[in-house]
Amino acid sequence: MPENAAVLTCRSLCLGYENREVLHGLSFRLRGGECLCVVGENGSGKSTLLRALLGLKKPTHGDVIYGGGLTRKSIGYLPQQSAAQKDFPAKAAEVVRSGFLNAMGARPWYSKAEKQRAAAVMAQLGVADLALRCFRELSGGQQRRVLLARALCAAGGLLLLDEPEAGLDPIAAQELSRLIGELHKEQGIAVIHVTHEIHEALREADLVLHLAAQPGEYFLGTPEEYRNSPLSERFLMK
Amino acid sequence: MPEQLEILQYFWKALVVGLLVTLCASLLGVTLVLRRFSMIGDGLSHIGFGALAVAAAFGWAPLPVAIPAVIAAAFLLLRGGGEKLRGDAAVALLSAGCLALGVLVLTLSGGSNVDLMSYMFGSLLYAKSADVLLCLALSVVVLTGFGLFYHRIFSVTFDEPFARATGVRTSAYQLLTAILTAVTIVLGMRMMGTLLISSLVIFPALIAMRVCKSFFGVTLTAAASAVACYLIGFALTCFSPRGLPTGATIVTVNLCAFGLFACIGWARSRRKAHCDPPHSGAVEGGFKT
Repeated sequence: MPENAAVLTCRSLCLGYENREVLHGLSFRLRGGECLCVVGENGSGKSTLLRALLGLKKPTHGDVIYGGGLTRKSIGYLPQQSAAQKDFPAKAAEVVRSGFLNAMGARPWYSKAEKQRAAAVMAQLGVADLALRCFRELSGGQQRRVLLARALCAAGGLLLLDEPEAGLDPIAAQELSRLIGELHKEQGIAVIHVTHEIHEALREADLVLHLAAQPGEYFLGTPEEYRNSPLSERFLMK
Repeated sequence: MPEQLEILQYFWKALVVGLLVTLCASLLGVTLVLRRFSMIGDGLSHIGFGALAVAAAFGWAPLPVAIPAVIAAAFLLLRGGGEKLRGDAAVALLSAGCLALGVLVLTLSGGSNVDLMSYMFGSLLYAKSADVLLCLALSVVVLTGFGLFYHRIFSVTFDEPFARATGVRTSAYQLLTAILTAVTIVLGMRMMGTLLISSLVIFPALIAMRVCKSFFGVTLTAAASAVACYLIGFALTCFSPRGLPTGATIVTVNLCAFGLFACIGWARSRRKAHCDPPHSGAVEGGFKT
C-alpha cells in the first residue's frame, strides 16, 4: 500500500442514537502508516466513532470512505474487553488465529500459511511462549497483547484500538503503547487509537482528534498544535 | 412374539432419539453456556410445555405447534429481547408464564395428573417414528454446521463485537443457534421432561469446562461426556428392576460426572501449583495486573 494514500476518509460525519446526536460534522483523512489518537471525555462519542468506522453503526449523515486498497475485510479491531472472556476456555493461539476469519471467505479451516503468520505475530508481540496456554489464565497485560495479536492478524492496512490500556498498570500500559508505536512506524499500518492515556499517546501519534462534549466541537491537528490549543488545557492539566 | 417386538421397537426409537438429542444439545450448549445463555434451555422447555398443552387441548398435532412457538421464543430471547426487558428477567417471565398457562390448559381440558407428570418428568414411550426422522435431520444439520463453521462459532462465542466488526454475519449465527436449540429442546422434552431437558444443554459444557482449556477440547469432551452419561443413564433405566425414571436418572449420572470432573480439575490445578513456580520472565515482569 502506498504510504501516503488516504486509507480512510470521513466526510462531514454525523452520528447519533435515536434523538441524541453525539458527533456532528466530523471530517478527517488518515494516510497509510499514520497514527490518529482519539481523546475526549466519557460520552463524547469516541467508541461510537470507532463503531461507525467499522461499519457497525450507520451514520445519520456523511460518509466513511475506505481507500488505498482498504476494505472492511482488512481492518483489525481491538475492542474493550467483555466479561464473558474472563473465564473462556480457549488457547491463546486459537484466539489469535480467529483474526483471520475475515479474509477466509467460505473456507472452513485455517491454511498453513495463516497458522505460521499467527505464530509470527505472536512472536513479534512477545507472546509466542503463551500460544498453548489457556486465555483465561493469562494476566491482564498478556491477554491484551494476545488480543492485539488477533487484531494484527485481521489488519491489512488499518488497526482500530478501543482503550487498549484500560485496566493495565502504568508499566504495562507504557509497554503496550510502545508496541503500537512500532506497528505504525515500522509496518506502515494506519492506527486509530482511542485512549485516556493522553501523554503516552501524544508521543506516538501523528494526529490528534479531541472530541468535546458538545457534538459539533472538536479539535484535529498534530500533537504540537494540540498542546497549544485551548481544548487541551484541561486534559493535559497544564 | 409381536409384543416383544413392539417393546424392542420402542427401545430402539427411544435410544436413537435420546442419543441424537443429547449430542445436539451438548454441542449447542457449549456456545450457549459460554455466551451466558444457560437459562435459555430451561425457559424454552417451559414455553414448549405450554405449546404442547395447548396443542393437546385442541387435538392438534404437537410438533407443528410447539416447534414454531419455541423457535419464535428462542429468537426473541437470544436477540436480547427489548431494551427494557432483558436477559434473565425475560426468560424467567416467559418460562413461568407459559408453565402456568400450560398447567391451566391441561387441567381445564380434562387431562389427568398422570399426563401432567409425564409432561413434567418425561417418558421413554414418547419417541415416535416421526421423531426419529426429525432427530436424524437435526443432528445432520448440527454436526455439519459445527464442522463447517467451527472457527466462526468460536469467534462469535468468544467476542461478538470483534466477529461482527471483521465481517462475520453474527445475526445469522444467532438465528441458526436459536432455531436449532428450539428444535432440540422440543424433540427432547417429551422424553426427558419439561423440567429436566435443559440439563442436557448445560451439564455437558460445564463438565467439559472443569478439565479442558481449549475451545476444541471443550466441544469434543462435552459431546463425548453427554453421550456417555446418556448411555449409562439409559442402561440404568432399562435394566433396573424398579423402573427408574429416564430423565431424572440421566441428569443424576450427569451430576456425578460433573462431580468427578470437578475433582479432577481441582486436583490438576493443585498439582500444577505445586510443580510450577509462579510464572515470571523478563518480558512479563512488568505485565501483571
